[in-house]
Amino acid sequence: MIELTVNNRPVALDVDPQMPLLWALRENLALTGTKFGCGIAQCGACTIHLDGAPVRACVTPVASAVGKQVTTIEGLAEGDQLHPVQQAWIDYQVPQCGYCQSGQIMSATALLASNPQPADDDIRAAMAGNICRCGMYSRIHKAIRAVADGGVAVWEPADEQEVRHG
Amino acid sequence: MGKWTRRAFITTGVLGGGALLVGVGLRLGNRNSELAPLVAAEGEHLVNAWVKIGADNQVVAIVPHSEMGQGAQTVLAQMLADELDARWEDVSFLEAPAEDAYANWTLAKGYALAGMKVPAVLEDSVNGLMFQASKAMKMQITGGSLSVRATGVYGMRVAGAAARELLIEAAASTWQVSPAKLTARDGRIIEIDGERSAPFAEFAAAAGRLTPNPSPTLKHPDEFRIMGRSTPRLDIPAKVNGTTQFGIDASVEGMQYATIQAPPVFGASMVSFDARRAKAMQGVVDVVQIDDAVAVVANSYWNASRAMREVDITWSHTDHDSSSSQGYFNQFAADMQRDRAQGSSTVDIEKGDAGNVIANAEKVISRSYQVPWLAHTCMEPMNALAQFNGDSCEVWTGTQNPLGTKHAIAAALEVDVTQVTLHQHQMGGGFGRRAKPDTAIQAAKLARAVGKPVKLIWSREEDVQHDHYRPAVRSEFRAVLDEAGKPLAWENQFVEKHEPAEAPYVPYAVPNQYVHYTDSPTHVPFGAWRSVDHSQHGFFTESFIDELAYEAGADPYAYRRELLAHLPRHRAVLDKAAAAANWDTPLGEGRGRGISLQESFGTLVAQVVEVTLADGDLSVDRVVVVVDPGFAVSPDGLTAQMESGVVYGLTAALYGEISIENGAVAQSNFHDYNALRMDRSPVIETHIINSMEHWGGAGEPGTPGIAPALTNAIYAARGVRIRELPITKYELGSASV
Repeated sequence: MIELTVNNRPVALDVDPQMPLLWALRENLALTGTKFGCGIAQCGACTIHLDGAPVRACVTPVASAVGKQVTTIEGLAEGDQLHPVQQAWIDYQVPQCGYCQSGQIMSATALLASNPQPADDDIRAAMAGNICRCGMYSRIHKAIRAVADGGVAVWEPADEQEVRHG
Repeated sequence: MGKWTRRAFITTGVLGGGALLVGVGLRLGNRNSELAPLVAAEGEHLVNAWVKIGADNQVVAIVPHSEMGQGAQTVLAQMLADELDARWEDVSFLEAPAEDAYANWTLAKGYALAGMKVPAVLEDSVNGLMFQASKAMKMQITGGSLSVRATGVYGMRVAGAAARELLIEAAASTWQVSPAKLTARDGRIIEIDGERSAPFAEFAAAAGRLTPNPSPTLKHPDEFRIMGRSTPRLDIPAKVNGTTQFGIDASVEGMQYATIQAPPVFGASMVSFDARRAKAMQGVVDVVQIDDAVAVVANSYWNASRAMREVDITWSHTDHDSSSSQGYFNQFAADMQRDRAQGSSTVDIEKGDAGNVIANAEKVISRSYQVPWLAHTCMEPMNALAQFNGDSCEVWTGTQNPLGTKHAIAAALEVDVTQVTLHQHQMGGGFGRRAKPDTAIQAAKLARAVGKPVKLIWSREEDVQHDHYRPAVRSEFRAVLDEAGKPLAWENQFVEKHEPAEAPYVPYAVPNQYVHYTDSPTHVPFGAWRSVDHSQHGFFTESFIDELAYEAGADPYAYRRELLAHLPRHRAVLDKAAAAANWDTPLGEGRGRGISLQESFGTLVAQVVEVTLADGDLSVDRVVVVVDPGFAVSPDGLTAQMESGVVYGLTAALYGEISIENGAVAQSNFHDYNALRMDRSPVIETHIINSMEHWGGAGEPGTPGIAPALTNAIYAARGVRIRELPITKYELGSASV
């Protein structure tokens, strides 16, 4: 048995210690919010926190998480209170298909935890490991910026529309 | 009661609990052979959308469009709610289940009105909880940017307007007043100059017994209250906390996990495999041949995938074992040359006499362009969960075509379609890839083979190497300019004609045009990729017109503009893009702007890209998008689709290449089939023009114009003309891109 702490909860796993954490979370603990995207740490869909640091769960053996705090997307909110980054994702209507967004949010929350006032280039660098095939990078960037700036996010949908009746 | 209208078939009924049911069917111009079995008998009609008002005044729409991130369901609900004058808060949405009944009025009437056994999802509505909408076609495909422009305009709006009129008529009868004295607002029928007001639900049953007006009056845009407003998407909250259930998240008791490997060379078959080592590995349940592929079933995906690597497979030889990208591009050029010489190509457009003009011209401008195969790489790898109960099969998956997939599974298993149940899930990207049923069929066969529920997950490598690819295409142009520099003749010959037919056509005024194509088959499987043929032809035509502008010594924007005098709507989109991008303000050294104009899926898009080329590094700085979809039902949803289409197209232009080596795909994962990431993503500004012309699509039109706008900008910045994608094929300085 391998004993881990996942989202502040002790869990025991009967798996090969080399099994990537991604599959233990998804298949053994039914925490399916963490996603499989590439299996080789190239896309970021499986990003979780190990002691607060972002890691790619698809290449992180279960054994390496022993004695550390594992946090997944399911552990980010406190009860019904969303993490400010999650709320900003709603306020800025960030997701399209949404598949990569757990990983995006975990990367963003880790960035803001270690660097609460990131420069725009810091955001771009920290998020470059997370692919979004729906291409929502502008919105992700705006949402992180809003949380960092501490302002209440204001959704400003689209820009002015030119309406012609004809 | 049902009546055909100019637009649609409208039908009504009363459900248990006194609910009003309105069904609207598309009038099909051509009876597709796929659809014929569903409308075999006299009086049968195909129903496109179901709308129901329950006893609790809740409005539920069931439409056939699957959610893959495009926000279609929210937009369709907006269209319904507005025409109905429902309260937005009372409207909910359900995706039509993959049942023929939902496509066929006669079948559904049997279920819904005659008290027959009803499918589970419809049962909810019969109980008065929901409002339903469904779809007309056996092919319940989400694609072709059709949600708004077909189902929305001809289904949801008509259904909403018809239901509103029926409710008013029923209320007028109950209250003994003229319908003209009544109106609807916020889910209630209101007496205009009186005291009376009551929720829709009070009149639902009476309304259901009335005959619908064959042509309900749709609102004038000035009357829209919900359409044209950016409504927060219904699906987003579940996408920020990990609770959205994608196909890959499906689970049933006793489920095993599988992965699969198909022959590397398309068309090869499996000769033999040695699974002794794999079968001895931890957790492995079985190693199974599925058609020409080999699958490993285990107690975890990880165990399945590491055992997969230990299976020794011998694949057959094929005629394509030495096929390569270069060989195919040579084949395209040779086949086109042959067709030209023999006059054996297929004519696409012939206008004036381009051949004669070109043959007698002093100067002919000839250019060739080509683009490679592309994979879709949806973020969610292909997957499906299947389970057998006796002879019945249940499949859980996310598909762009639920009903078609269900029929394909039944055909592949050789069981009756009524024995297949398909549970549709959210899709982690579709882009055309999830219109194919291949993975679901494999999962079903695997579940039957091992006698246990199996969740099949393709590796990313399998996804990249066994996609249905955007085809590689070569296009050769010849043009002659008149004395003023305007194109007098335009010839375009290309390979691989698919859909939409108009993809190679240009809006510009050219008196002599000859567009023709050559069949030059390859062994690489074809699939629809975001914007389908527009993705290639947008690059070809907007590159060539740009080259002609420079040949004529003209500004590329002004040149296009001159050629659009007959199309004011196109010109307005182009003008606004140029203005928004400050086209006339020069950029500094090493910087440049490029412009493009594309009409696709009923929507016009102009794009201006700004780039910087410094020290051999290309930076895509800014993209200005101007879009005229006719009318933007959800401006923010449309804006998001433009951003998405731009990034998808930029990924392809910058990096996208599936190359064929020794008959197989050379790339395998994101390390060698990269995607645009945030660090290189441009600022994207979207401007919307509501011309109030025909309502067009949103999902695809942002993609086709971005590659030429980019390469035209690179030419403006550095004088390097890119005629082959991706641009990594060109040296833009000392460093790679």
